[in-house]
Amino acid sequence: MANAIEVRDLTVAYRESPVLWDIDLDVPSGALMAIVGPNGAGKTTLIQTILSLIKPAAGQIRVLGQSYRSVASSVGYVPQRGSVDWDFPTSAMDVVMMGLYGRLGWIRRPGRNERMEAMAALDQVGMAELALRQISQLSGGQQQRVFLARALVQDARIYLMDEPLQGVDATTERTIIELLRTLQSLGKTVMVVHHDLQTVSSYFDEVLLLNVRRIASGPVSEVFTEANLRLTYGGRVAIIKDAT
Amino acid sequence: MEQLLGDYTFRTVALGTAILGAISGALGAFAVLRRQSLLGDAVSHAALPGVGLAFIITGSKAPLILMVGAGLAGWLATVVVLVITTTTRIKYDGALGFVLSVFFGIGLVLLTFIQKYPDASQAGLDSFLFGQAAALVKQDVITIAVLGGLALVVLVLYWKEFKLLSFDPEFASSLVLPVRRLDLGLTTLLVVAIVIGLQTVGVVLMSAMIIAPAAAARQWTDNLGVMVLISMAIGAFSGVGGALLSTTTSNLPTGPTIVLCASGIVLISVIIAPRRGLVWEKIRRTLQSRRLRSEAILLDLFELARKHESFEHPHMEAALLVMHPDASTLRRQLRSLHSKGLISVHSTGGWALTQEGANTCKELMAKRMR
Repeated sequence: MANAIEVRDLTVAYRESPVLWDIDLDVPSGALMAIVGPNGAGKTTLIQTILSLIKPAAGQIRVLGQSYRSVASSVGYVPQRGSVDWDFPTSAMDVVMMGLYGRLGWIRRPGRNERMEAMAALDQVGMAELALRQISQLSGGQQQRVFLARALVQDARIYLMDEPLQGVDATTERTIIELLRTLQSLGKTVMVVHHDLQTVSSYFDEVLLLNVRRIASGPVSEVFTEANLRLTYGGRVAIIKDAT
Repeated sequence: MEQLLGDYTFRTVALGTAILGAISGALGAFAVLRRQSLLGDAVSHAALPGVGLAFIITGSKAPLILMVGAGLAGWLATVVVLVITTTTRIKYDGALGFVLSVFFGIGLVLLTFIQKYPDASQAGLDSFLFGQAAALVKQDVITIAVLGGLALVVLVLYWKEFKLLSFDPEFASSLVLPVRRLDLGLTTLLVVAIVIGLQTVGVVLMSAMIIAPAAAARQWTDNLGVMVLISMAIGAFSGVGGALLSTTTSNLPTGPTIVLCASGIVLISVIIAPRRGLVWEKIRRTLQSRRLRSEAILLDLFELARKHESFEHPHMEAALLVMHPDASTLRRQLRSLHSKGLISVHSTGGWALTQEGANTCKELMAKRMR
């Protein structure tokens, strides 16, 4: 399998104006890819369309060579932290176990095995001690790690993450980056919506520059150039001059 | 009282209201967590024309028939809300308000029309407005118990799916769970919970039975399962309490009494519940501001002492008073710091840091630098 994800002629529109326009994209198997672009570039939309959460206006997406529905259990998803109500009455452990609901099937309840798997995933993100904590009592970075642990228990081949480094503390950022590297070394494909241009080169090996259209994609060393960034962000690119 | 509990009619009424309170408590917990409290209000109001139509068509007042009518109308209302929000640019709250008033208006027209029926067969239908628990008979209770029991069984069977749907529907969808069908299912259970309470509590106040027990229960726990159980208990308790009060006092309508019972529990919960309650919050704030103020005094003493050769250099209260103008608070804080051994009284009457106090200051400053 050369490509984990293939996107062809993808167009997505809310009402009249397109959010994504004629996107072609190959995500090589085993890639650790950053998706960067300005606000409203369609980064989240792209991820959600790959996950079939949004119906495209045109185009096709193949995940592991098949439709998303048939390989859903091989795909792990880390939504934006702000997409849920953290005051929901539940514990960190409980949220992590939700990653196993797809595999458990209908009616069956999570049991001892599921709790142990969840605990192992929490341990992997350094959250084992806070497993029984109510989720509103966790810091932003800890909540983000709970979401990551929930994706980890899915034991997927592809991970799609929406801004996992947004507003997290330094400890969490280190934990997450280490985790991304571990996933890559296990042969997983990881796509991460990322906003900090300074760290793209050091954290990722592939990058997609997106602004409604695909500006460029490929190895960071080749496509993460000032010229491409200027095309992606328009004139507002001065701050990252020395990042490339 | 004892006589009342032995009374067959009262036992029937109490059992009916307890069951419907428990069911609406359980489904209400999910409605409140999904921020659908207003949907409950729309559904209960929208059920009224269903009651009228069911009676006009069948000429029967059997509880099951009226409930089916109410349920269909309430369910139709949720579908209309969904259609409005997905096909027009009208927002969710606008659609709810619109559907609620239109359906309720039609319901009132139908009830007025039915009042004009020549025979007395329509008597009692108007109790659907404000509720009438005293009229509950064995057949009503059986209907309530069977429908409510079914709803509970479904809720328990699909517990984990409903939980995930309520917490993170996007993630549920990424697991290819049928989110729309689950949503429809949970909403249908909510409609059932509302419909079985309509005759007893009335369409106008039924939504309170959905919201109040759940809102109160949320104050006491951080576990969904426990919250649902507490909510059921509060619902049942309010049901029986309201029925008891309204049967023993003449001219006290049942629905409003039940709702007042539930609201009383909400009020108490919002005020005194540990951790989430207002009292608790107030205590926490006071303690925190007191701690911050005494830390500020300690750090000021540290700053003042730094200008001298040793941290033990004493300073008079007057010097501190410049920075902390409220004399009585200052004195209280100084005494409290003294009793903790962080500062000591000098022979001249001035205050000085102890070794421990100086260490505390250094720790505080390190913590604030981070």
